[in-house]
Amino acid sequence: MTRSFLPITTIAVFILFFWYCFSIVLNSSWAYDRASRNSQTLTFKELVYDTWSQKKPKLPAPHQVFSEMWETTFNKNITSKRSLVYHTWITLSGTIAGFLFGTILGIILALAIVHDRATDLSIMPWIITSQAIPILALAPMIIVVLGSMGFTGLLPKAVISMYLSFFPVVVGMVKGLRSPEILEIDQMKTWSATKTQILFYLRIPRSIPYLFTSLKLGIAASLVGAIVGELPSGAISGLGARMLAGSYYGQTIKIWSALFAAAILAATLVALIGLIQKIISRRMMLQL
Amino acid sequence: MSSENMISAKSISLRFDTEDSVVNALQNVSINISRGEFVSFIGPSGCGKTTFLRIIADLERPTEGEIEVNGMTPEEARRARAYGYVFQAPGLYPWRTIAANVRLPLEIMKYSRAEISERIQRVLSLVELNGFEKKFPWQLSGGMQQRVSIARALSFDADILLMDEPFGALDEIVRDHLNLQLLKLWLKTNKTICFVTHSIPEAVYLSTKIVVMSPRPGRIIDVIDSALPKQRPLEIRDTKPFIEIAQRVREGLRKGQSYD
Repeated sequence: MTRSFLPITTIAVFILFFWYCFSIVLNSSWAYDRASRNSQTLTFKELVYDTWSQKKPKLPAPHQVFSEMWETTFNKNITSKRSLVYHTWITLSGTIAGFLFGTILGIILALAIVHDRATDLSIMPWIITSQAIPILALAPMIIVVLGSMGFTGLLPKAVISMYLSFFPVVVGMVKGLRSPEILEIDQMKTWSATKTQILFYLRIPRSIPYLFTSLKLGIAASLVGAIVGELPSGAISGLGARMLAGSYYGQTIKIWSALFAAAILAATLVALIGLIQKIISRRMMLQL
Repeated sequence: MSSENMISAKSISLRFDTEDSVVNALQNVSINISRGEFVSFIGPSGCGKTTFLRIIADLERPTEGEIEVNGMTPEEARRARAYGYVFQAPGLYPWRTIAANVRLPLEIMKYSRAEISERIQRVLSLVELNGFEKKFPWQLSGGMQQRVSIARALSFDADILLMDEPFGALDEIVRDHLNLQLLKLWLKTNKTICFVTHSIPEAVYLSTKIVVMSPRPGRIIDVIDSALPKQRPLEIRDTKPFIEIAQRVREGLRKGQSYD
């Protein structure tokens, strides 16, 4: 952690620097327009001040985004529709539900693929095809179909999340379950182990490192799925809904703060899985 | 030594058909191995010595010929757990302790808890590794890991022990030590051992019978019955009978060799 502090800080400083520069450049035309309407001329100092404090800037300055995030996180009741925590929680619940469904589905499919050649040949191409369809086009269809069946809210979002998150789990687990060496499988045969015994004693423990890599990809994909699921549904809550509402009214600061909330959420979830992975691999004495 | 046949192979052949060629891994191999014998298979790579061991173990099926293992087909013998197999690599599970690694086949074979712990103690003392139960494989040297693997193969009391170059990856000093231990273990347990190696001294030192093989096609060149006594200190390797047997093995290997 301490070793990565300096490089990460350096990059952050660079990003902030360029971000502030771009804020000036992109928001300057609005500032000049307003100044000329009022027959004023702007000094550079006035220009900078204006471009970093507009109400609806093309690119809000970092401090505007962070103060909006602070305001909507700590100074609002967390059950209020204005609270960022509330919207993050709505998206998080969709993400977690979709992630759990996706992981379970992914593991079941991987087991079927590894144990049955026919499944391998018949299902695997469909699984790959499923990921070639743009989720943005598919998401509204899923919401419409499920909505007509009476499912709204969490479930359609979870289904879209699942659709994105099962894929890395299938691919990773198939690879992981097949990762035992030939020698290890032969050894099991010499003991006349059953397929189930080979699965539980050998294949599953061997697949654990692969599973965690997949889970990290899966949870990030789940979050994307949940946000995409909030865009076309006319949803009024969730980070996706907040981004959409922000774009209707040109509230770029709101969009950016929702965006950052999503990024922080994703990083936290991935880090959490990384932590669980560390604990389990230490228990299993696997050097990862 | 009883003359009861433990393994008898009659004209075994095994061909691997690949797309552009046919590989004769084994051609017309016949041999009888009696109960309690220590048989070494020696030859250059590709001579089919490992393949023959794998046929005994039912890990490969011969294309021609007949083979009986303890009066059964190899498949029946495998299902009856008639043999323990020691591979080239120890094949220990890194997430299991030494005791848990030895326990693995016993768990698979559904032994009772009490019996499992009794057997772990017994086989670990056979390979002189008591006190290492709670260690993990990475905490042991290569030689010790291979001893764990031998203990594991012994744990379910199979009459036959199949060993595929178990000491091939170890240095010569460790190897000498393990050869000595293996002989002691063989005398104590009276198992039938089939041992694949490409070291002439190892083969002569350990065996009551040495099978010399040659490649392309894999076949038996010579079968040598060793007259060396059962008790063998390491110094026996400097005696005349030992050197004579070693010479005969070397001649056999040379005869089968066609350096092309």
